[in-house]
Amino acid sequence: MASVSVPGETVRGGLLRRPRSTAGFWSWVTTVDHKRIGILYGATAFFFFLVGGVEALFIRLQLAQPDGKILSPSTYNEFFTMHGLTMIFLVVMPLSAAFFNYLIPLMIGARDVAFPRLNAFSYWLFLFAGLFIYSSFALGGAPNGGWFGYAPLSTVEPGNNMLFYSTGLLMAGIASTVSAVNLAVTIINMRAPGMTMFRMPVFIWMALVVQFLLAFSLPIITVGLFESLFDRRFGTHFFDPAAGGDPVLWQHLFWLFGHPEVYILILPAMGIVSEILPVFARKPLFGYQFVVFSGIAIGFIGFGVWAHHMFATGLGPVANTAFGISTMIIAIPTGVKIFNWLGTIWRGDLRFTTPMLFALGFIAQFVVGGLSGVTHAVVPADYQQTDTYYIVAHFHYVLFAGAIFGLFGGMYYWWPKIFGRMLNERVGKVQFWIMAVGANLTFGPMHILGLEGMPRRIQTYTPALGLGVWNLVVTIGAFTIAVSVLIFIGNAVASFRRPKDAPADPWDARTLEWTVPSPPPPHNFDEIPVVHALDDFWHRKYAETEEGTLVPVPAGGSGDPRSDDAHGSGHGIHLPSPSYYPVIAALGFPLIGYGVIFHWWMAVAGAVVVLAGLYGWAFEPAAE
Amino acid sequence: MRRITRQALGVGALAVVAAACAPNNHQDSLNPQGPYAQKIDTLFTPVFWIAAAIFFIVEGMLVLFAIRYRHRKGRPQTPPQIHGNSRLEIGWTILPALILVGVAIPTVSTIYDLARTPTGNVLNVNVVGHQWWWEFDYPDQQIVTANELHIPVGEPVYVSLCAAGVGYGGVPAPNECQPGPPKGAPPSAVGDDVIHSFWVPELAGKQDVVPGRTNHLVLQADRPGTYTGQCAEFCGLSHAYMRFKVVAQTREDFDAWVRAQQADAVAPPAGSLAATGMNDFLNGQCIACHAIRGLQVNGQPLTANGGPNLTHLMSRSCFRGCTMPITRANLEAWLRDPQAVEAGSWMQLNPKLSQDQIDALVAFLMTLR
Amino acid sequence: METAQHIYESEHEATSTGLPNAKLAMWVFLASDCLLFGALITTYVLYRGASLVGPYPKDVFDIPYTSVSSFVLLASSLTMVLALAAVQRGDLARMRVWLLATALLGMTFVGGQVYEFTTFYREGLKLSTNLFGTTFYVLTGFHGTHVAIGILMLLSLVAMSFTGKITQRESMTVELVGLYWHFVDIVWIVIFTVVYLIPTGK
Repeated sequence: MASVSVPGETVRGGLLRRPRSTAGFWSWVTTVDHKRIGILYGATAFFFFLVGGVEALFIRLQLAQPDGKILSPSTYNEFFTMHGLTMIFLVVMPLSAAFFNYLIPLMIGARDVAFPRLNAFSYWLFLFAGLFIYSSFALGGAPNGGWFGYAPLSTVEPGNNMLFYSTGLLMAGIASTVSAVNLAVTIINMRAPGMTMFRMPVFIWMALVVQFLLAFSLPIITVGLFESLFDRRFGTHFFDPAAGGDPVLWQHLFWLFGHPEVYILILPAMGIVSEILPVFARKPLFGYQFVVFSGIAIGFIGFGVWAHHMFATGLGPVANTAFGISTMIIAIPTGVKIFNWLGTIWRGDLRFTTPMLFALGFIAQFVVGGLSGVTHAVVPADYQQTDTYYIVAHFHYVLFAGAIFGLFGGMYYWWPKIFGRMLNERVGKVQFWIMAVGANLTFGPMHILGLEGMPRRIQTYTPALGLGVWNLVVTIGAFTIAVSVLIFIGNAVASFRRPKDAPADPWDARTLEWTVPSPPPPHNFDEIPVVHALDDFWHRKYAETEEGTLVPVPAGGSGDPRSDDAHGSGHGIHLPSPSYYPVIAALGFPLIGYGVIFHWWMAVAGAVVVLAGLYGWAFEPAAE
Repeated sequence: MRRITRQALGVGALAVVAAACAPNNHQDSLNPQGPYAQKIDTLFTPVFWIAAAIFFIVEGMLVLFAIRYRHRKGRPQTPPQIHGNSRLEIGWTILPALILVGVAIPTVSTIYDLARTPTGNVLNVNVVGHQWWWEFDYPDQQIVTANELHIPVGEPVYVSLCAAGVGYGGVPAPNECQPGPPKGAPPSAVGDDVIHSFWVPELAGKQDVVPGRTNHLVLQADRPGTYTGQCAEFCGLSHAYMRFKVVAQTREDFDAWVRAQQADAVAPPAGSLAATGMNDFLNGQCIACHAIRGLQVNGQPLTANGGPNLTHLMSRSCFRGCTMPITRANLEAWLRDPQAVEAGSWMQLNPKLSQDQIDALVAFLMTLR
Repeated sequence: METAQHIYESEHEATSTGLPNAKLAMWVFLASDCLLFGALITTYVLYRGASLVGPYPKDVFDIPYTSVSSFVLLASSLTMVLALAAVQRGDLARMRVWLLATALLGMTFVGGQVYEFTTFYREGLKLSTNLFGTTFYVLTGFHGTHVAIGILMLLSLVAMSFTGKITQRESMTVELVGLYWHFVDIVWIVIFTVVYLIPTGK
């Protein structure tokens, strides 16, 4: 075959030799291993989680008392904007991506994702997009028009602040789109033999729905961001009412993306919870198909509810009625999931490990967010609630007390698999309870603040409103959360001081990733597994009688994790080689971004770098 | 009482403590003071109780299961392997759907109820959102004022919401603000005002003020009193300072207020400090943005509306988005450096005013009763 | 020798659906791209006739001219099909000819677009003149950019064919570029109809 390069032969067409290092800094920069990329996503997202958290703490210090003096209005606006942007685009999305990257191939029985180099490209572009947006603090001011960037405020305000928003998010959007295509193909096309769609773990199903939500919602915000960027930079009139443009068009484009985005943020956590509960209840997920179909239904209906963010915009009673009803409808599949989770723990044998606590905490707290969500669908009530702290309470119950709790559960659950070391369970439980108390202290009183008349995004409030007491409680809650995060960091650091002794299957779990050693070898599976059932690994360990009673399969049977297989050295398995080109191609994008904001020649230089990266990529010899 | 329990249910026992000490802040959506806010509250209350009931059922089941089915030493680790139950699952799909139908019906009827244009004895008001203050125009009474909306009790007020900077002439407009510039006019560059949201929680829900559109809202107060409101849509640097008051008065008091507002400003006696201030006002930078009814420059009435109309400034209790009481000290501080008082203020003094000018202008402004 | 890359990225691997990964990825990407153009076209349609000042579409459009360049673009779909057929026969030389022909037709279209833009610009329609200028240039510009990227990919294919990366067995890369190229053509048919052919009343 003509394209094969024989080792030692002079490489034709390649600009750079394929990197060889398997350890150290460059091995991480050039890695195309989905597991390493997953860890990079996770570490980066956690770093941004701390940054966004510090921003939140400053916001809470400012609002702890009326007439706060900690942050000036301009800094406050930058902080709340960056807090939202960071937590959504640089924390919850990439933290979910970390789990997707690490787990999808392992859970479906594949050796890597469909396009390993594209996967690396997605990560680097996401990282550079995040750093690009944050570089705005040093380059004249960070985005200050809210994560929702409503026009015309975002297009008429002086300064480059919101240009960093539009260009930065465009980059992050490209990274996410590429990743979505890659992971969707991986799930659809690279399942192990026998892993039919309805034998996939629920987490994989939720991941698949998320990839399609990303693929179909991101192009819409891409158009909106370009239009906003052009209005600000090139004098177009998309959202300029003076020229006949309509600022409400931005709102439609933004929320047509923004609402599916909410499900992009929450479905991964729902998938994680659906994996954790059966393991620690030692029962199958109650109504697997219902949970899967409700997830798909949420994905579809999620595209039909966007205008519930705009009930006060003045769309008229017809539109408000339609979107109010569609929003109520989406509550139904969401409710289904909660009842199915309850069904899962019903009559189970519950072991309250840290992952289980976080999963149960997710359910308990997500219910609050779900129910307050239904009150927003009651359109006239939303006339009072929208743009108040009631909304802030609602979506933090969904995204912090929900999504972040689910993701923390996932970290505790898969930590031994990923790093080969257990996190300390006792410390984990302490962290859970502190975090739960903190979350409810922080976000619970916000319901009251909102109903008592505290609008969102205000830098200060007068003592006359009598909101000081609750705001102080909220601030105390926020610092309680910070304490819990510090405990987690301590737990994580301590885990690396312990020997790498986590067993392959510490939790007596159900899915394929637990069949391989902890941490898994680079090639994942010595032999690609053949799947016979949903929860295949569980059924290798336990048989089920007619009455549904568990009977362990005798030791030494097929149930043993394969980690002890003698021949399992991975010899003879070819893995994709590392590559410089993904990181090079990604590096061009922030240059283009700076070019759009500052000098056009930087954009040209950036485009050259991107093209060079892509050409090197296309002509890269397959392997050495 | 109901409100207290409602809060208590919202966040548990903690709420009881605070509900007891929450003062009446006049910006409380749980304390409706007129029929329109009341309609929302009447709808929200039962929905809240339904939600609370579901909350307790779900959390109760969660806690019950967690206790009842916790792992106990000595119990075999082989719970029954229940894969699901279609009948149950269909049940908990349909039951919430039925509850939601029950919620949707009153929701839809209230949406249309609130959207109806009021008839009969209706006061028309145009509300114009500026960065960062509110302009209130009474087209039928030919009054322009700012930050303090006076309304008669017991009568619906039909509010038309317009953003500043877009084809809005400053002169009291007919019943509706005219969105968009006249056809054929070249588009302006930047400087149009942005989206705001008009919200007086105790009298009505909120409605956005969107440049290029005219939205409407109906509000009504049952009792005389002062109700506070605030811009609820993020609108830039001083968003937090974009507040206002609604002053509900008996019909007689309102009529008296209207008559007073309709009067022209009275020029201060010649030779007084205030007269010097008036001269500074009319010959300086002020008239680029501010109008005073009854005063003229070169025989022309003042019409600018970039800043608040000052004709009866002293009849109002507050300025700067109703966050500062109108006092001599506050006016002086404002005139000395508006940017220092309000971040990003559109009021730019170039050149800055001397202390003599400030004294004279304040003396003049304080004659505008 | 089967190299590692081929395990993951070649068309010969058995996949769950039987469809090669790269082809499935292209389909997902094109579906995503549909929404990009969907949003752009929606913006254009929403602002149709909303310009407050001229020039309006009827003042600047030269329908016969654009029809010819549209035809050129459609013809390039035919040459693309011929290029794919050639490589699948193993006729690399013929493939290069047809690929270059496709690229040339694409360049003619983009050149025509550049000429059209400069003409409109001279007639007073700038990006910032009115909503028509804003929406027209951005919509057709996005499409033109897609065509330009397509041309780069076509030329890359020709270059890759000299390095042995394109062969009869490895013809899928050509097929993928073809999919993209046909998609961009179809999008143009929609844009041409919506923007040029449906009258705005102005």
